[in-house]
Amino acid sequence: MLSAEALSALALSLKVAVLAMVIALPLALFAGYALARWRFPGKGLVTVLVYLPLVLPPVVTGYLLLIVFGPNGAIGRWLEQGLGLVLAFRWTGAALAAGVMAFPLLVRPIALAFAAVDKRLEDAAGTLGAKPATVFFTLTLPLAAPGIFAGVALGFAKALGEFGATITFAANIPGETRTLALAVHTALQRPDGDMLALGLSLIALSVGALAVGLSEFAAARIRGDRHA
Amino acid sequence: MLEVDVHHRAGGFALDVGVSAGDGVTALFGRSGAGKSTLVGMIAGLVKPATGRIVLNDRILFDSKNDIDLPARQRRVGVVFQEARLFPHLSVRRNLLYGQWAGGRRNAPDLDAVCGLLGLDTMLDRSPDTLSGGEAQRVAIGRALLSAPDILLLDEPLSQLDGARRADILPWLDRLAHEAGTPIIYVSHAFDEITRLADNLIVISDGGVLASGPVEDVVSRIDLGPATGRHEAGSILHGEVRRHDEAYGLTVLSLNGADLTVPAIAAPAGAPMRLRIRARDVVLALEKPTKISVRNIIPVTIAEIAFEEGAFAEVLTRTGEQNLRARITRQSAEELGLKPGTQAYALIKSVAIVRRTPASR
Repeated sequence: MLSAEALSALALSLKVAVLAMVIALPLALFAGYALARWRFPGKGLVTVLVYLPLVLPPVVTGYLLLIVFGPNGAIGRWLEQGLGLVLAFRWTGAALAAGVMAFPLLVRPIALAFAAVDKRLEDAAGTLGAKPATVFFTLTLPLAAPGIFAGVALGFAKALGEFGATITFAANIPGETRTLALAVHTALQRPDGDMLALGLSLIALSVGALAVGLSEFAAARIRGDRHA
Repeated sequence: MLEVDVHHRAGGFALDVGVSAGDGVTALFGRSGAGKSTLVGMIAGLVKPATGRIVLNDRILFDSKNDIDLPARQRRVGVVFQEARLFPHLSVRRNLLYGQWAGGRRNAPDLDAVCGLLGLDTMLDRSPDTLSGGEAQRVAIGRALLSAPDILLLDEPLSQLDGARRADILPWLDRLAHEAGTPIIYVSHAFDEITRLADNLIVISDGGVLASGPVEDVVSRIDLGPATGRHEAGSILHGEVRRHDEAYGLTVLSLNGADLTVPAIAAPAGAPMRLRIRARDVVLALEKPTKISVRNIIPVTIAEIAFEEGAFAEVLTRTGEQNLRARITRQSAEELGLKPGTQAYALIKSVAIVRRTPASR
C-alpha cells in the first residue's frame, strides 16, 4: 500500500528522530536539572537560549544553524577538518536541526519533573549513606521518569515532523534528508502527488497521535502519583 | 556519646546550644520554634551551623575552627523525620534496605530482627502509599535503624499522627528505646511521649538550653515555668507492683513504703514501674483527711514553692527520695501557711502508668 518513496521517507524520519533524541536527551536532562535545581549566573540567558527555537521562525533557526554548522561556519568547518564530519545537506544535519527544534519541548517537562521531586527525600537518602550520584540515579531520576518520558514523546514527535529548520539547513535531498514532512511538501508540488501527500500525512498523523497519547499517559501518571 | 556545641544565627533567630547525649533515650523538649528541628538538622548534616563543634563517639562531625564538615552520608546519624519521607517508587523492603544497597552501609542489624522489633513483617512487599501514617513512621524508623547508625534522631515522629495512631505507635517506640541498643535523641513537644520514653531530658527554649539532666529531675523543676508546659506539668516517680486486688480490679503499687492504688495493670508483683503524676492532679492537705473518695494519700514534705503571676503556685514536695509536684492556688498556699519543711499529705487523684521500667536500667 505504501510506495517505496513513502517508506523511505518514513524510515528516514524515524532514523533522524531517533538520532536527534539520542543526542538531545542527555543534554536535555542536564539542562532540565540545571534549570530546575541550580542557581548560577546567566541562568536567565540560558533559559532564553533553550526556549528560543520554540519562538523563532523555524527558517531562522535553520539559517542560524547554517551560519554556525555550515561548511563555512565556525563549528562546521572545525567538524569537517578535524573529524571529517559534514552536517549540512546530510541526514545527520537533519537530525541536528530536528534535535535543536525539539530541544525546548524536551527540556520543559523534564525541568518541571525535576523541580517536582521532593528534595527532602534526597536529604533522607543522604542520611542513609547514599552519595549524590547514587541519590540521583536511585531517587531523582526514577521519580522524574514520567516527566522525562512525556518530554521524549513530545520531542520525538516534533523531531519526526520538523520542516522549516530541516529544509533550510539540510535541504530536501531524496533518500538523504527528505523526511516525512519534506516528502509531503514535495508531493504537494507535483500535479499527481495528492494521493502520496495524503498517505504520508496519514502516517504523520498516526505517529504524532501515538506520541502525544504516550505523553498524555505519562503526564497522567505523574498527576496520579502526586495525588496518591 | 554525642556532644554538640553550636552557635547559629539566621534571620531573627539565634541558636546557642551546648548539649550532650549518652546511651538510652535523650529527649529534646521545647515548644514549636524553639530551635529543635534546626538542631536535628545540624547533627544530621543537613543544616550548617555558623560556628561550633559536633562530636559523635570521638568522631568529629563538624568543627568550624578546623573547617571540618562531614556530609550527611558520612555521619552515620539515622534520622526519622516528622513526615516519614519514604521513597514512593520503592517497596517497603527496598526502602528498609536502602541504606545497604544504595548507602553502602555495612554491619546493619538483621532485617528480620528489625521487622520483628517494629512489626513490619506483613508490610515488606507493599508500596509506601498503601501504609497508614503510623505504619509509614514505623517503616521510616526501621529504615534508619537498618542504615547502621551510631545514633538515631527522631524529630517529632508522632506530630503528624492523630491521637489513635499515636497511641498505636508508642508501644513500638518503647520497644525501640529498650531493645535497639542505639542511643536515641527524641525530639518532641508532647510531654506524655517524653515522660514515657526518655531517660534524660534537655529543655530548649528561645534557641538555648534551659535545663538538662535525668528526666525525673528536670520535670520536677518548678522554676522552669511555661517552658515545660502547664497543663501537662508533673512528676515522674518509680514504684513497684505490690499486689493485685482482682475483686475490685485494682493494682496496689508501693512508693517508698506508701501504697498507691491504681486501676489493674498487667504486671507481676515486684515489677518496677514508672509513674507519671500531673501536678494538677495532686491536692495538698495539712491533716490526713478521712471519709474521702480519694484512695491515694501519701505523706510528703514541702521542699520548694514557686509563686507565679497568676492564680497558681507550683509546689515541690518530697516523698522519700522522690519528687512530687503539686499545682494549687496561691490563695491555698498562703492560707495553709505552706513553706519548705512543712509536713503535709498529698492526695493523688490520678496516676498514669507510663511504662514498666526495664530491669537493665
